[in-house]
Amino acid sequence: MDLRFTPEMEGFRDEVRSFLTKHRDRYIGDAARPREAALEWQRLLIEHGYAARTIPKAYGGYGAAPDVLKSRIIAEEFTRAGAPRGFANQGISMLVPTLLEVGSEEQKTRWIGPTLRGEVVWCQGYSEPGAGSDLASLQTKAVEDGDDFVISGSKIWTSTAAQADMIFCLVRTEPDAPKHDGISYILFPMTTPGIEVRPLKTMTGSAEFNEVFFTDVRVPKSAVVGGRGRGWFVANATLKHERGMLGDPNATEARLHALIELMKTECVDGRRLIDDPVFCDRVMQLQARVLTMKFNGLRNVTASVNGESSGMAGLVVKLQGCELNHQIAALAIDALGELGVLYEDGPHLRAKGSWQWNYMFDLGLIIGGGTAQIQKNIIAERGLGMPREPKLASA
Amino acid sequence: MDFSITADQRLMQESLARTLEAAAPLERVRKFAADREPIARDVWAALADFGLPGVVVPEEHGGLGLGLLDAALAAEALGRAVAPTPFLGSVAASVALVRGGSAEQQSRWLPKIASGEVVVGLAIAEAVAGARDGMGVTAAGGRLNGGALFVTDATAADLFLVADTAGGLHLVVGDAAGLTRSDVTSIDLTRRLGELAFDGVSAEPLAAHTLDAVRDAAWTLLAADTLGASEAMIEKAVAYAKERRQFGRVIGSFQAVKHMCAEMAAELEPCRSLVWYAAYAFDDAPAEAGLTAAHAKAHTSEVGRFIARTATEVHGGMGITDLLGLHYWFKRIGLNRQLLGGPERVRRIAARMQGLAA
Repeated sequence: MDLRFTPEMEGFRDEVRSFLTKHRDRYIGDAARPREAALEWQRLLIEHGYAARTIPKAYGGYGAAPDVLKSRIIAEEFTRAGAPRGFANQGISMLVPTLLEVGSEEQKTRWIGPTLRGEVVWCQGYSEPGAGSDLASLQTKAVEDGDDFVISGSKIWTSTAAQADMIFCLVRTEPDAPKHDGISYILFPMTTPGIEVRPLKTMTGSAEFNEVFFTDVRVPKSAVVGGRGRGWFVANATLKHERGMLGDPNATEARLHALIELMKTECVDGRRLIDDPVFCDRVMQLQARVLTMKFNGLRNVTASVNGESSGMAGLVVKLQGCELNHQIAALAIDALGELGVLYEDGPHLRAKGSWQWNYMFDLGLIIGGGTAQIQKNIIAERGLGMPREPKLASA
Repeated sequence: MDFSITADQRLMQESLARTLEAAAPLERVRKFAADREPIARDVWAALADFGLPGVVVPEEHGGLGLGLLDAALAAEALGRAVAPTPFLGSVAASVALVRGGSAEQQSRWLPKIASGEVVVGLAIAEAVAGARDGMGVTAAGGRLNGGALFVTDATAADLFLVADTAGGLHLVVGDAAGLTRSDVTSIDLTRRLGELAFDGVSAEPLAAHTLDAVRDAAWTLLAADTLGASEAMIEKAVAYAKERRQFGRVIGSFQAVKHMCAEMAAELEPCRSLVWYAAYAFDDAPAEAGLTAAHAKAHTSEVGRFIARTATEVHGGMGITDLLGLHYWFKRIGLNRQLLGGPERVRRIAARMQGLAA
C-alpha cells in the first residue's frame, strides 16, 4: 500500500494540468458520431497518452506501460477540470480489448487504430428478442456459402447502430453444436446489403437503442474473430470489459460532485438544499458509497497491473456502480422537488433535465450488460462458490 | 506504488487468525461472556506475543513501528474471531501519545503499552458522539470532574485515555484517587464497557488537537472490526446454504438465498477498500484521513447491520439460537455501529469537515 506521489508523479500531474489548462477551449464531449472537433480532441489525447494510454503504439495507441498511479492522476485531473476523457464507445471499451486478446494480427492492425481515433464507430450485436440473460441461446444464423457466411435474424438493444460503420456480432455458425459451442464472433460493415436498423424509443423519450434486422447479409468468413465456434468465449472476454465500463468510478465521482454543487446552489424557501439535514445525510450516504467504489477501483487496477485476479472486488463493480449512479440521480430529483420532474424544455428546467434523463436511462444500465440478477448469480457462483440453479429436465 | 496489502501484511493477518483460532475459539468467547470476565488475560497474552498491543508504537519504544493499516488488519482478524481484547484502547493511546505526548510521557508509557502490560481504556465517547445522561468530563488545574460512559475495558484498565468536554485529552491511571469505575452491560458480551466517575482526579494532559487523530484511528479500527465480523457472518451463511437441504436441494441453489449472499458480498467488498484507504490516509494522506475514517465508520456500520440480519436469516431458525452462537457476531457488529457515534452522527461530522453542514 503506497499511494504517495513522488516528485516524478507530481511532475506528471503538473504536466496533465498544464495540458488541460492550455487546451481548455477545445473540450468537447463524446457523441454517437463524433464531430471533427471531437476527433481532433481524441487524437490530441492519444498523442499525449491521456487516451488509449496502454494500447501498443503499433496499433495506434500511446504505448505506455500500465501505471496505476499515472492513470489515477489522469482520471483525477480530468474530473477536476471537468474535461471530457477520451471516447468511451463500445468499439474502444469492448472491441479493442477483445481484439488485443484474441484478434488476428491483420484484424488488430486494421481495426484498432481507426477505432481508437473515432474514425470507425462500432455497435454491438449481442442480445436478441429471444436471447437476453440467456445470451447463449441466440438464434441469428450464419449459413456457410463458399467463402462467406449468409446471416439472417435480428438483434436488439443495439446502441449507436444508426451511426455505426461496423458491427461486432454474435451469430450461430454451428447449428448442431451445443449452444455455447455453436457461436462465432464476427465483424462486418453496417452498410452491407440486407441490414435494416429501426430505432427503439425508450422511456427517456429518445431512442438510445435500436433493433437491427439481417436478411441474407453476406459476410466473408475471414471476418470471424478468435476462431469459428469460439464466439461465446470471445464474447465473455468482451462482457468482462463492458462490466468495467458500466461501473466507471470516476464518472460516478463526477456526478456526485455535480449533485453536491446542485445542493449548494439550489434553494427552497430561501434555504439551500444542503442545509436540509435529511438531504445532507442522504448525500453523505452516497458519498461514502462513491468512495468505496473509487478505492475499490484502485484495488482492481492494482490487481490488473500485477496480473492478479481482482476477485470479489472486480465482480461487484457492475452491480454496485450502476446502482450507485441511479441513486445519485434519484437524490438529485428528490432534492429538486417538483423541479425534479420537469422535462424536455422550459424556463424552470435544471441542468437541461439531465438528472431526470439519467434516472431513467440508468435503470436501463442496471438491466443491460447483464442484469442485476445475473450479476448476483455471478457473484454467488464465481465469487462465493455457490451452486448453480439446477437445470429443468425439459430445458 | 500500489493499492494492495503486502505479502507480509497478509501473512501477519493469517497468522493472527490462526493464533486466535487457538487462543480465542468460540468456547473461550462464550466463557468470557458468561463469566463476565473483566479481561481475557490469556487472549491478550497471545496478542502480546505477537507484539500487537504495540503495533503502532515506534520501535524505539518497544513497539512494532507499523501503521494504522496494520492495526486495521489486526482489528479485522479480531472482529472475525469476535475476540475479547482491549486492542482498541492500546492503539488509541499509542496514537495519542505519539501525536500528542511529550518525550517523557512517551518513554514512560509507550513501552508498557507495547508489551501489553498496561491495558488502556478509551473514554472519549462524549467528546465524539455526544453526551448522554448528563455525562461529560471537565478539566481544571490538572484535575478531572464529571463522568464518562461507554468506556472500553473500564474495570480492567491500568490507564485511561479521557477526553474532556473542550476536546482536550488526558491520561488517568486506573487506581487514581477519586476515580470510580463500574461495569455497563451491552448486548455485546465479547467486549467490556463501563462507566467512570471523576471526583477531582489528577490527570496528565496531552497536547491540544490530538483528539481528532484518536477519533479517526478508533473509527477506522471499529470499521475494520465490523468488516471482519461481517466477513465471518457471510462465510458462515454461505457454508450453511451449501449444506442445508430443503425441498430436495441445498438452499444455496435457490436464487432467493443465493442473491441474499451475493448482496452481502457486493456490499461488503467495497467497504474493505474504504477501510484500507482510511487506514492508509491516517498515516500517509492526512488531508483525507478524517473524511475517509468517518465514511468508513458510518458506511461499514450500515453494511454491517444489513449483513448481520441477512446472514442470520440465511440460517433460518438456527440463526437466532444461542447454540449456533452466530449472535456473538451480530452483537459485535451492533456495538461497533453505536460506539463513538452511530452513522447519522458520524455523517453529520463528515458533512461538517467539508463545510457542508454547520
